[in-house]
Amino acid sequence: MSTVEQDFVHEPLGPRLRHQIATIARHAEDKRAACIDALKLVQKRFRFVSDVHLAEVAALLEMTPAELDGVATFYNLIFRRPVGRHVILLCDSVACWVMGGAAACAHLCERLSVKPGETTEDGRFTLLPIVCLGHCDHAPAMMVDEDLYGDLDAARLDDILRRFR
Amino acid sequence: MTTFVVDGKSFTCKPGDNLLQACLHAGFDLPYFCWHPALGSVGACRQCAVKQYASEDDKVGRLTMACMTPVSEGARYSITDPMATAFRASVIEWLMVNHPHDCPVCEEGGECHLQDMTVMTGHAYRRYRFTKRTHRNQDLGPFIKHEMNRCIACYRCVRFYRDYAGGRDFDVFGAHDHVYFGRYADGTLESEFSGNLVEICPTGVFTDKTFSMHYVRKWDMRGAPSICVHCGLGCNTITNEREGRLRRIVNRYNGSVNGYFLCDRGRFGYGFVNGGDRIHAPLARGDDGRQGTISSDDAIHRFAALLRSSSRVVGIGSPRASLESNFALRALVGAENFYLGVSARESRLLRLLVGVLDSGAIHIPSLREAQQADAVLILGSDLSNTVPRAALAVRQAVRGGSFTLAAAAKIPQWQDTAVRNLAGDARRPLFVATPVATRLDDIARLALRAAPADIARLGFAVAAILDPDAPAVSDLPADLAAQVGTIADALLAAERPLVISGVEAGDESVVQASANVALALRASGKSGALMLNVPECNSLGLALMANGQGGLEAALAQSAALVIALENDIYRRAEATVIEAALTSSYLVALDHSEGPTTRRADLVLPATSFAECGGTLVSSEGRAQRFYQPIFSKTDVRESWRWLGAAGCAAGYKVCENWNTLDNMVVALAGALPRFSRLPDVAPPASFRVAGSRIASEPRRFSGRTAINAAHSVRDPKPPVSTDSPFSTTMEGYHGKVPSALFPFFWAPAWNSVQSINKFQAEIDGALEGGDPGIRLLEARPHAEFRYYTRIPEGFVPRSDMWFAFVLPRVFGDDEQSARAVCIRERMAGAILALNGEDAALLGVVSGQSVACEIGGEQQCLTLEVHPEMPHGLAGIAGLATVAHALPTFVRITPTGSDES
Amino acid sequence: MIETPLTATIQPDGKPLDVTGYERVGGYQAMRKALNMTPEAIIGEIKSSRLRGRGGAGFQTGRKWEAVPKRDEPPFLRYLIVNADEMEPGSFKDRLLLEKTPHQLIEGVIIGAFAIQAALAYIFVRGEYVLALERLAHAVVEAQARGYVGRDILGSGFSLTIHVHASGGRYICGEASALFSALEGRRAIPRARPPRSAVSGLWGKPSVVNNVETLCCVPPIIERGANWYLGLSHSVDGGTKLYGVSGRVKRPGLWELPFGTPLNEILFEHAGGMRAGYECRAVLPGGASTAFIVPENFDVRMDFASVQKIGSSLGTGNIVVLDQRRCPIGLLRNLEHFFAQESCGWCTPCRDGLPWVERILTAIEAGEGKAEDLELLIHHVSFLGPGCTFCDLAPGAMAPLGSGLKHFRSEFERHINEKACPWHDTKDAWT
Ligand SMILES: Cc1cc2nc3c(=O)[nH]c(=O)nc-3n(C[C@H](O)[C@H](O)[C@H](O)COP(=O)(O)O)c2cc1C
Ligand code: SF4
Ligand code: FES
Repeated sequence: MSTVEQDFVHEPLGPRLRHQIATIARHAEDKRAACIDALKLVQKRFRFVSDVHLAEVAALLEMTPAELDGVATFYNLIFRRPVGRHVILLCDSVACWVMGGAAACAHLCERLSVKPGETTEDGRFTLLPIVCLGHCDHAPAMMVDEDLYGDLDAARLDDILRRFR
Repeated sequence: MTTFVVDGKSFTCKPGDNLLQACLHAGFDLPYFCWHPALGSVGACRQCAVKQYASEDDKVGRLTMACMTPVSEGARYSITDPMATAFRASVIEWLMVNHPHDCPVCEEGGECHLQDMTVMTGHAYRRYRFTKRTHRNQDLGPFIKHEMNRCIACYRCVRFYRDYAGGRDFDVFGAHDHVYFGRYADGTLESEFSGNLVEICPTGVFTDKTFSMHYVRKWDMRGAPSICVHCGLGCNTITNEREGRLRRIVNRYNGSVNGYFLCDRGRFGYGFVNGGDRIHAPLARGDDGRQGTISSDDAIHRFAALLRSSSRVVGIGSPRASLESNFALRALVGAENFYLGVSARESRLLRLLVGVLDSGAIHIPSLREAQQADAVLILGSDLSNTVPRAALAVRQAVRGGSFTLAAAAKIPQWQDTAVRNLAGDARRPLFVATPVATRLDDIARLALRAAPADIARLGFAVAAILDPDAPAVSDLPADLAAQVGTIADALLAAERPLVISGVEAGDESVVQASANVALALRASGKSGALMLNVPECNSLGLALMANGQGGLEAALAQSAALVIALENDIYRRAEATVIEAALTSSYLVALDHSEGPTTRRADLVLPATSFAECGGTLVSSEGRAQRFYQPIFSKTDVRESWRWLGAAGCAAGYKVCENWNTLDNMVVALAGALPRFSRLPDVAPPASFRVAGSRIASEPRRFSGRTAINAAHSVRDPKPPVSTDSPFSTTMEGYHGKVPSALFPFFWAPAWNSVQSINKFQAEIDGALEGGDPGIRLLEARPHAEFRYYTRIPEGFVPRSDMWFAFVLPRVFGDDEQSARAVCIRERMAGAILALNGEDAALLGVVSGQSVACEIGGEQQCLTLEVHPEMPHGLAGIAGLATVAHALPTFVRITPTGSDES
Repeated sequence: MIETPLTATIQPDGKPLDVTGYERVGGYQAMRKALNMTPEAIIGEIKSSRLRGRGGAGFQTGRKWEAVPKRDEPPFLRYLIVNADEMEPGSFKDRLLLEKTPHQLIEGVIIGAFAIQAALAYIFVRGEYVLALERLAHAVVEAQARGYVGRDILGSGFSLTIHVHASGGRYICGEASALFSALEGRRAIPRARPPRSAVSGLWGKPSVVNNVETLCCVPPIIERGANWYLGLSHSVDGGTKLYGVSGRVKRPGLWELPFGTPLNEILFEHAGGMRAGYECRAVLPGGASTAFIVPENFDVRMDFASVQKIGSSLGTGNIVVLDQRRCPIGLLRNLEHFFAQESCGWCTPCRDGLPWVERILTAIEAGEGKAEDLELLIHHVSFLGPGCTFCDLAPGAMAPLGSGLKHFRSEFERHINEKACPWHDTKDAWT
């Protein structure tokens, strides 16, 4: 990751995000009920939840960092470590496995020179295995950021990766 | 009673009990992990599985978790069923998948619940052949060692630390087989109850770091029942000794007092016993003005000569010495020359306390009762910092609100998660009125900030609402007046209201106000209870003995030829200049266990025992007289203060002390001399007590190295010490079975090596010990006792423009003289601070972190400023200056010293 | 022509109808009708329709609603929660409904909430369903604008707020009681019963959790009546069902068919049978937590009782086909990896047993299995079953393993005896 990006990650939440979080918290039955939404907002802006941001959110929701991190580390979709600019969620569940999911994984690993769970050298992609994406009739399937892709084969994967160059 | 059948035999239990509890009570060895009598059931570990049958015809049954099963009338269960047995063994096998099997180097080894349960289930052969997951450990501060790989994920630690004790810096992280129990980041555990993790954790994840530094196996230590000496609550402890050193302190269950839990001051504050500033031999000031070692005989003769030759002898008692030692001094110098060794203010407060408690009009609750209160009013006390175990009890009382809701929904109290989910944070009302924020505020319905005088006025006003005959308060500030009604309503609506205050409120009117509230509750037909806390382990015992006498300043007011200071650093009780002036023409004899300003000033110093080298009796703030016993038999010259006093007295020809050769004789003498203590001999069995003709073994059967332990010094097998003051043998020889409840040297039962064996000693799980909880209450309310309201209502506090009203902000670590000598406690002590309201700080032109100066106790003090926005104007809270706390509260001038520490 | 009340309003282009479009095809009529009925009458109708929950457990929906305190009984705060977590591997039916007919779900929610007198409803959607979340949120806003959601709906005096919540992601969140913890912003740990959620659920208040498909069935039932609904079915339980097929079939997909349609009809007619070169070894009838069905039982009707009779369960009714080119041990390893990863970590057998099972299967697949491994697997199947663990995740994990040990015994033995995977060549293959 370049220095510029690291700076970006260490910015404080900022008034807008804080306001957004405060608003959900106000509408929630109880402040802590807003914590997952809040962490996701942070993640949308900063791609992952850094320790500094975690502490800030915790304070906003009247939680301690320990309490919030206990929740954050429980869930799959809250990233507590830096991820690349694009997150590839590759389904590793049964229907995709039957349809060649392992080959898709091997192909991606080879193209990106990473192992599952890792981020590419250039910080462009992080490859994460994910539970069944509910796209089984188009297995193998994956998500890149917020978009779902199915019927993956080598050519299609290369094509998708190209779009992010 | 509910009748149920286990493996064909009938048993009974209390209606609504869960099956695990019922089986343990019935004497079965049913293994478990996640259940804890104080924490309830959550069904996580699956260790307590049994078979449950639908009817008599059901021969198949189904597995059920005993801890989650309410026993129903006539229900049939099996523990020995092969499937249930195999499943329980399987649970251990799973727990062992990732367990490091590092028992040989684990501090828990030999008293590990996981070891016990493993043996109990019969799992012995490892079938898992893959790699284990490993964790990184955290540095959790000076008290607790962390070894996460040993974790079996029973969730007890979080449930205690977070759910029970209210700690918020410790939690569970991650999921599946990567769950991690610890802090968010490395760092000292903040809760003052962190030490309980050591006993709550069924394996060696959380161990006692101080113990680890001089570790020996549980079976290799002599144990003695003891009483905590670090505040006035009288928590029961077990002290462990080996090779003359105090190795550790663990909790000793007392159903009426501390139950399963201690605070960290009590558990970790023992370091002073082994500390470098112990005095091992008598010291006398020579002609050159320097102290030098002399022999015990010499010391006794010098002391005797002084007693004989001195015209007036003054005795200064000690709130941290045993009743027996205080009594010895009192008897020796005469009641009229015996003074409370406390500050003038504290002696007035203690006298007031005795007056209130002695009236018989008010019920003093045990901690167990406090825990069951259904409305609590705290006036002027920061419990978490002064009597932490009481704060923990209040926390449970407040949580009781959820049990009421749960009961209405037919959810039993032990269904922990269900109760928490249903009731959320339903709380019984707690009102805290203190000058600064406390750690109980998070659960308080109202946390009021006021100066002591206003807190007193608030209390008086509440009483006046409860009973119109109680003196009324005129022109209460509007903000307080609004709350008075709320508080009074809540107390009236309660069935077991509780008022808490104490000496540390620092103000007699606050104590009087709290008494008035309790009295007014009684007048309105409520069974109100009043808990008045005292600062030290025998403050109340001393006060009860000293009827009428004053504190240190009174003692020094008239000149005396000889002043005897009993286990007391008098420089913590009055200004040094006052003491010096008074002592100019007196000879000072000091008896104490450790060196300090007083022993350094003394002309003759007699090395006293610490609580770990003697037996004796202490009276807790509940008025409970409790006996502590001796684990360490020192080879140095230390002896009990009463023995020194007795020896010197005898040598000087005093008749009173002729018989002072055993503790029992002291107790009898005391009981005979002071009617108030007439029941003292019943507190614990006498030294002549035997079971089956034997003394009680104080070392476990497996104690090892007895003959080798001294080999470095001598190859002769040393003769074991003999305890003349207790029914304990000092070795593993002797009786090992059930003993009277005051005499547990350790908890052990066949198959139960860990502290969990306590289940085998309770008359009822989580209830009183078999034969009753130890201790005798000296002060009971009398139904028809007369009472009079206190009528001196103070003026409201008026801030001054030039001076601040400085008062003590107590601190759990550092305020207590003895524990503050322990290295680990020192690590938890923070620098001295002065707390001010933000506007006051602005007025002075200072900010947080800056140093300020003020004069306290005749000395210029330099303190770091801490802004406390919640504090009322005109107040200055002083923390971390325990040695001059005697001079507070008082008005001080504050001057910025300019330098910014940050 | 088969009637398809669940999918009838789905457009050929897959774009959801907006509120006007939905109304044009008869949408929100059932809601209007329901608001004029009593809650008791609605519950009665649902009970008569024999609608059983489509989330997997198949609990009678009417009975579940009935267990909530009556209108005039406290506590008055109750919740209706839509379980749109759909993380059961092999299941993709709820996503179709969420993305393509969100208004029908919302209509079902309004009726359900009215029936149990819940003023608040949560739709708990798995976080990866980005499109569904977007479309739902939009539909809720549209419904609010029409006055179908909000204060005093259509002058009925009944008010309802609907929140759409995106999950932080964990399979266990789909377990109804763990879902409460997730919504409360806690770790999604399941809760013990009793108390039932109808007594103490979300924030300790009476709560009902229903699957997306279940609630989508509700508007048609109310509109056209229980008898009509019962008539759609080929089974004792009413209605239609979204059956799906994935794997090496000719036409993987989803179809709304009469409840109790035979498995072979679904596989060979609707999904078109196996692709050339592939044979069907076995299927998981309703997601990862169901036991294998082998071809000799393919005539089974896909309803709760019939599938149970042959030792499996209907689950989500979304079928995963295992063909002969994939190693059955590999497939089991894949499943158990999923379950081990998704265990919440609360109870011992699941937390520490499943990873062990996964490792044994990995070893066997890699040719490193030992004879005693089979015994260990059987041991786990019996001790991670219902009642042994805290919730149904682990028993679900044992369903395919238990049946796999039975049906693929010889494959297990071959792996162990030959010290290699016979399917080694296809391990990382695309086909
Ligand atoms: C581990 C586990 C995961 C589950 N996941 C889901 C799910 O994703 N969606 C769902 O509707 N039900 C799921 N269920 C079933 C729910 O617990 C519950 O029975 C269901 O949502 C009730 O809705 P219904 O009565 O409409 O079927 C799951 C159950 C378990 C044990
Ligand atoms: S079976 Fe146990 S560990 Fe597994 S998900 Fe359920 S409660 Fe959690
Ligand atoms: S003690 Fe019963 S499940 Fe843990």
